[in-house]
Amino acid sequence: MNVISDSATMLRRNFRHTMRNPLTLFNGIVMPVFLMFLMVYVFGGAFSVGVDYADYATPGLILTTICYGIAPTAIAVNSDMTNGFINRLRVMDVSRAAVLNAHVIATMLRSLLAIALVVGVAFLMGFRPSAGLPEWLGVVGVVVLAVLAISWLTVAFGLAAKAPESAGMAAVPLMLLPFLSSAFVPADKMGPGVRQFAEYQPFTPIIETVRGLLAGTPSASSAVMAVAWCAGLALIGYLWARKSFTKQG
Amino acid sequence: MVGAMNGSAIAASGLRKAYKDKVVLDGIDLDVRAGTIFALLGPNGAGKTTTVNVLTTLLAPDTGKVVVAGHDVVAETKKVRAAIGVTGQFASVDDLLTGEENLLLMADLLHLPKAEGERIARRLLERFELSEAAGKPAASYSGGMRRKLDLAMTLVGEPRIIFLDEPTTGLDPRSRRTMWEIIRGLVAGGTTIFLTTQYLEEADQLADRIAVLDQGRIVAEGTADQLKRQIPGSHVRLRFADRHALDVAAQVLPTSTRDEEELTLRVPGDGGVRSLRALLDRLDQHSIDVEELSVHTPDLDDVFLALTGHANKTKEVNAR
Repeated sequence: MNVISDSATMLRRNFRHTMRNPLTLFNGIVMPVFLMFLMVYVFGGAFSVGVDYADYATPGLILTTICYGIAPTAIAVNSDMTNGFINRLRVMDVSRAAVLNAHVIATMLRSLLAIALVVGVAFLMGFRPSAGLPEWLGVVGVVVLAVLAISWLTVAFGLAAKAPESAGMAAVPLMLLPFLSSAFVPADKMGPGVRQFAEYQPFTPIIETVRGLLAGTPSASSAVMAVAWCAGLALIGYLWARKSFTKQG
Repeated sequence: MVGAMNGSAIAASGLRKAYKDKVVLDGIDLDVRAGTIFALLGPNGAGKTTTVNVLTTLLAPDTGKVVVAGHDVVAETKKVRAAIGVTGQFASVDDLLTGEENLLLMADLLHLPKAEGERIARRLLERFELSEAAGKPAASYSGGMRRKLDLAMTLVGEPRIIFLDEPTTGLDPRSRRTMWEIIRGLVAGGTTIFLTTQYLEEADQLADRIAVLDQGRIVAEGTADQLKRQIPGSHVRLRFADRHALDVAAQVLPTSTRDEEELTLRVPGDGGVRSLRALLDRLDQHSIDVEELSVHTPDLDDVFLALTGHANKTKEVNAR
């Protein structure tokens, strides 16, 4: 099938982009690590969350890391769209799937690499999870699913935006969302309104699931919510991206 | 199959396209012979890019039939795509890749064997004088180099029909001439070229046939010479000091048209030195003093004024 070889060709191109522009990867790691430092050493002492703060914050930082790493994808997808590169590929009969898959896979691999590095730093800061191998596998599964969902949404944002500048802005709400979740402070300590938002937004069940798994006390109800949110968001992103790809201004 | 010189490479009839309630293409008919250069001339917003997008399968027409390389663009999209190459209005090259990598990317997506892809890339880089810059990222290329790389990428697949959407817009005169040479070379090899342009001179230089597009309609079509006959030729504008001189001159030059307020006469002519001298001699014989004289040759504005009854909007926008 051409889809597979074309996806591989396009993926190679996206890897080259990352290699030529390593700053995009660097930025996606430096910010979460700085945030981690801020939370654990500056604010963390003031929050009483019942457990060691590094253990509490790491799951939220994993999600934050995904969100900090996506802006380059939205911008890259959008420049492909606005400068006619995607039209060139369409006329060459390169499948839509190949172009979009390559962007999503490249984003996911970049994200997962950044997450691995951030978790490594978390260990240095005192992160001591009590998860066994099955729990760790569960963590990887949920995180990959979350990365998949956010990557598809990002690609869709990039395709739909009018210009690269506005595509880059697409990441901003996603960067803010973790702060209004249980990432750094338990939702039940928040004020009215914010608390309800934090409880019902998608990041909270994802973070709670990861947190439960890492602590060795997995919660089935939040896991179901997390998987449902991720699958739903991935599907929306996927359908939206497909639709935007063929749309012509 | 499309014949080498006599078949129709592109045929469109009754092409219509509207976005919501805005009609962009309002019944376009086109017929481009294989192995020729066809120019679609028009100002910004006339519908040139929309036409190209429809002809190249990127956009489905609302109504009308389009046959490219012998295949219907809606029903046989894949067959059309296999025969055409498109170079869009913006040089759509990958800035982070080198010139050579851009070409190899195209070869890979066309599933050419590796060695053949490399051979074609090397040949195209040489042909477009990009060999030296082949290893540099496209972001460092000048506007002219980017356009050349863009066109080279289109040529990797050796398309029989090439669409060029404003191939020289924004280029300096020298790069523009280089581009013209390249386009002429392509057609000499039997390729059919469909190009859009805002420049009358470009259409005049390159095209076997020209269609003038205005507000989604073809308002004129023919060879460059046929079109020029439809537009007002060169003229000489004479300005006089007073009404009396204007009156006398108007009697002496019966073919002229007068403007009372400006105190000017517009005298048709070919704009050549000989006719100019004859005109001046004539004025001298009748001892008519001319305050100011200017020679006007037709440009795109005149074409638009003559063919559409309104001025070319592009200029107005640019002037702001």
